[in-house]
Amino acid sequence: MSTVTTTTDGTGTADRSRAAVRHMLARIGRYVFLCLVLAFFALPLLWLATAPFDDTPTIGTSLPDFTLDNFRALLDNPYALTSLVNSVWLAGGTALLVVTFAALAAYALSRVRVPGRDALLYGLLLLSSIVTGTATMVPLFELAFRLHLIDSRLGVILILTGGLLPAAIFILKDFMDATPTSYEESARVFGASPLQIMRHIVVPVVRPGLATVGVWAVANVWGNFLVPFLLLRGPDKAPAAVIMYTLYTEGGQADLRLLSTFSLLYSLPVALMFVFVSSRYGFRFHGGIKR
Amino acid sequence: MVQVTSRPDETVGGARPDTGASPAPDAAGLGRARAAGFLVPSMVLILLFLVVPAAWTIYLGVTNYRLTGLAAANPEIVGLDNYTRALTDERFRTSLLLTLQFVLGSAVLGQAGLGFAIAFALRDRRGPLRRVVEAFVLLSWILPSSVVAFLWIALLDRDAGTLNALLGTPGMAWLLDHPMLSIVIFNTWRGTAFSMMLYAAALENVPRSHLETARLAGASTWQQLRDVVFPRIRGHVLTNLLLISLWTFNDFTPFLITAGGPEQRSEVLAVYVYKVALSGGELGFGAAISFIMLLINLVIALVYLRMLGRRKERA
Repeated sequence: MSTVTTTTDGTGTADRSRAAVRHMLARIGRYVFLCLVLAFFALPLLWLATAPFDDTPTIGTSLPDFTLDNFRALLDNPYALTSLVNSVWLAGGTALLVVTFAALAAYALSRVRVPGRDALLYGLLLLSSIVTGTATMVPLFELAFRLHLIDSRLGVILILTGGLLPAAIFILKDFMDATPTSYEESARVFGASPLQIMRHIVVPVVRPGLATVGVWAVANVWGNFLVPFLLLRGPDKAPAAVIMYTLYTEGGQADLRLLSTFSLLYSLPVALMFVFVSSRYGFRFHGGIKR
Repeated sequence: MVQVTSRPDETVGGARPDTGASPAPDAAGLGRARAAGFLVPSMVLILLFLVVPAAWTIYLGVTNYRLTGLAAANPEIVGLDNYTRALTDERFRTSLLLTLQFVLGSAVLGQAGLGFAIAFALRDRRGPLRRVVEAFVLLSWILPSSVVAFLWIALLDRDAGTLNALLGTPGMAWLLDHPMLSIVIFNTWRGTAFSMMLYAAALENVPRSHLETARLAGASTWQQLRDVVFPRIRGHVLTNLLLISLWTFNDFTPFLITAGGPEQRSEVLAVYVYKVALSGGELGFGAAISFIMLLINLVIALVYLRMLGRRKERA
């Protein structure tokens, strides 16, 4: 941050010092604000950092009597680890489909003029924001039943993909619009096919966008409770979101030791994935969602 | 102020079919047929798992379909009965008001306001402070909702919650006495990351020299925001508000914290639908409310597009 430079003449010392004071106050204000923000966002997360390691965790945050016994207890729970593996399958499969299909569609929409394209995009985005929720639980269930997708991981993956695609296309199209077309043109001159151009030129250029959408899709599926809860029967296919819910709703008093360790194990993969992707590719809206 | 980068392509309804946003038409030589091929996988999935269930919801909305009983086997068409019933229902109207409060409080004021403030405070900062702040904000966004719901239940707990211990207010039952405030603050905490990232990117479009000039001319921070920053990120602001308003309007997560209670005082529409359709078993009535929600979403989107259109006229 540069300081306010004064002009060569005409500015009195009083003015200058007033400006300096104002500048100081602004800086202090900014620090205080950022510290408050930090406190607000960190406070609820503290419990997740302390309770799993506490010998006798309570609902409040306190310095733990350090132990790792809780994790050992978790390993004895038959469904805890399987559910995490199930979550990996669902999230990985969905993210793969979402990124692939959305990249193809966004590229086509970005480069070829389709009549009514923007109306289509906005309409689908609007639809996806409401249809994925509780509103269509009943039709979704009946649809899955008729397509023989009940108790099938593929069914969950396809339904989640359908729900996430519009927003993914929306985000990726902006990335595609922002990339210059000159590389594609020259590749075309040298006889590359559209799919080759897509794979060797477009994908590397928009990689931050693909990473963003991939992480976003994984995080969405990782936390999604409703769809697997509706469609998968029995605990051996249930993902961690469903098991987590049963941990604090089943049987009166929740077992805080189990609950806290499982929360941590369940949260860790998305957090680590985020750190990895953001340090590798940068996790941000490249130039923003422009409009 | 005239924007050099103003995009003339946002005409919805096909009024202007040749959209001009693309950098150059068809650089890779896709052609219409192959472009359609690229679109097919997405469109099939969207049609099957998004459009069909939506249409199904509209159909269910005019029937008396129930989860159990006689109407479960043979649903009858009841016309607009469900809709008149919903619109005259006190519980529905209360729920709609609560939802509007929820959207205004947590999305527009909370997420967008706080997100912008954080992005603006961090705009010319690099280094550990920025990374730590961003990391925590993003963490609250990325963690699974069943986990964060429990974290907030623990934080706000009446007897042993961390918040009461910090504030020195033992026995304060936040979730019972201030259920709406609780879920508004929760949702602000949960969703600010999206707005923060979007505004951080948008602020990079504001030339630093303009801010510098304004500051030298003696403009206060507020004046800089109003005259230099805001005109340049107006489009981002509108996109941001549209998306987070829609997401918040349809958000089901409050259910995991307050379950709509106590006495339906935090029963936003998404929770109301769930209770009517699945707990109450009235699938037809629930579908009708879902459709009303869809219409309200449409109104929100149209208001946003109107505002965007006005920007275009000014540009």
